Amino acid sequence: MSAVDIRGVTKTYGPVTVLDHVSIGFEAGRFTSLLGPSGSGKTTVLRIIAGFIIPDVGSLYIRGEDVTTTPVWKRDIGIVFQSYALFPHMSVMENVVFGLNRRGIRGAEARRRAAEALETVRLTGFDDRRPKQLSGGQQQRVALARAIVTRPKVLLLDEPLSALDRRLRQEMQVELLRIQRESGLTTIFVTHDQEEALTLSDRIAILDRGRIIQQGIPSAIYERPRTRFAASFLGDANFLPGTVAQGAVRVGDVAVQCDAALPANGTAVTLAVRPERMSMAAPSESHLNGSNAMAGVVRQATYAGAVTTYRLDGPGGLDLRVFVQNRDGTRFAPGSEVRLQWSPADTVCLED
Amino acid sequence: MRRLGIGWLMVVVAFLYLPIGVMMLMAFNASPFYTLPIELTGHWFTDLAQNEKLLDASRNSLLIATATAIISTVCGTAAALVLGRQTFRGKRLLQILLLPPMAIPWLIIGTAMLVFFHWTGIGRGLHAMILGHVALSLPYVMLVIGTGIQTLQPDLEEAAMSLGSTPQHAFFAVTLPALMPSIIAAGLFAFAVSLDQFVVSYFLAKPGVTTLPVEIYSSIRKGFTPEINAISTLLLGASMVLVIAFAWLSNFGGAHERR
Repeated sequence: MSAVDIRGVTKTYGPVTVLDHVSIGFEAGRFTSLLGPSGSGKTTVLRIIAGFIIPDVGSLYIRGEDVTTTPVWKRDIGIVFQSYALFPHMSVMENVVFGLNRRGIRGAEARRRAAEALETVRLTGFDDRRPKQLSGGQQQRVALARAIVTRPKVLLLDEPLSALDRRLRQEMQVELLRIQRESGLTTIFVTHDQEEALTLSDRIAILDRGRIIQQGIPSAIYERPRTRFAASFLGDANFLPGTVAQGAVRVGDVAVQCDAALPANGTAVTLAVRPERMSMAAPSESHLNGSNAMAGVVRQATYAGAVTTYRLDGPGGLDLRVFVQNRDGTRFAPGSEVRLQWSPADTVCLED
Repeated sequence: MRRLGIGWLMVVVAFLYLPIGVMMLMAFNASPFYTLPIELTGHWFTDLAQNEKLLDASRNSLLIATATAIISTVCGTAAALVLGRQTFRGKRLLQILLLPPMAIPWLIIGTAMLVFFHWTGIGRGLHAMILGHVALSLPYVMLVIGTGIQTLQPDLEEAAMSLGSTPQHAFFAVTLPALMPSIIAAGLFAFAVSLDQFVVSYFLAKPGVTTLPVEIYSSIRKGFTPEINAISTLLLGASMVLVIAFAWLSNFGGAHERR
């Protein structure tokens, strides 16, 4: 049984359908990311779990209990808001004990547990400060401590890192992961940052226009995206449109092999290949056995230290991208004719 | 350049305080004709203790200012909260309608109130002056508190609810205390508007029931006495204490700063 279960939830605002029959389960103790662009409905999912929004249709279960219409304050959740929402008139300590006090835990016991939570987020010695006397990263830690101190049934994180600068964000990602692992709290993380989702999550759910497109472990979603949207939102992808013919896909006049089962002959499909899974060779070099191959002309080469990004023109005007690790001095200048090669195992047949 | 700047700032501050300083000094001068050198005395203050009219007027002024501050902050906070947190048709219009009363000359407002209060039977006197002052200070109060509400993060109450607060508890434990610096500032503002008010008070005062500014005005018409310096000094001292108290309070109350 999942710690949090959303079943068939629909939410509309006037003519706009924000969530369209969404069902998803969140496993206990796991870190799950809801990944999607703005307007995809990911924040609405979070707010339905929190209780700020009541779905029009469908139900929500927390630890098996139907809480669809339970008010927020009875749900036993912890939230870290994008703006942190620290109480400005209270000290750090007062902010953290607030939730404990609401649960009838007061005095020395509350302070002891708050101090423990502040230690977990590594913010000690600031107990009497006001939030505005702290830096952004420190405020973030207070917000986290306040949310985890009550040991909520579920911890909800609403893009908590987006207000921090890049360096601090990376530092907080590591911290967040450590804190989540140490506390073992069921965590749901809303983000539009694919890299953040990949590095932090046990599981990812990709949302688009009110629907869950795909969910699973990060590597599974990355390596086997189901749709064009999933493939392009999580990482980069080359899309090869073609037609199924005799167990392969004809892209222009190239037959591309794909490991997965293909639909019936004559069906139009799109294949996706990750840019780092393609390799480049001079046309004169021998063809690797069993791999797909395609001719291309280098249009642009962008050197970035460890990696060079090539943009190429493929057959039939295909726009292709290839990431090449700079292991040796091999470079292809714009205008060079090359042969692209990749494994059928790295070729994904998309559903749309 | 830096020294010049600081010097200029001191000139500006001196310009603000010089007349007041002279007045305060003269309150302690034995001569009623502002003659120098100063001969220190406290007898204008002891005389003041016998001047029932001035004392009565001062009491009225303080009473009206206190009542105005309390009534207009309570009403203004409630109204500002509705305006700041709810969306409805005509909200923008209502918001804009709050501003013109601040620009309408007091003479006109005073006349309008006099006519209106007479017509409705409210009449003149303390209650009329309180009503009038509340009406005058409400736009300021709502402006100050409205600004406070805008700088408050909208998800504070949601955060409190997620931690186990009912909406009522969230409001009283989080929103209201977080707004307190603005509310106190608005209250002091209303107090000052009322204490300062002459024109409207003059129109709405009843014979025998006046405020300090009105009483001072009529005393000056009869002939200036240094007792007026004395009462003004006391009043000034009181307002200074208020302002300093507020500065101290707001420093501790910690109005939220957005980064």
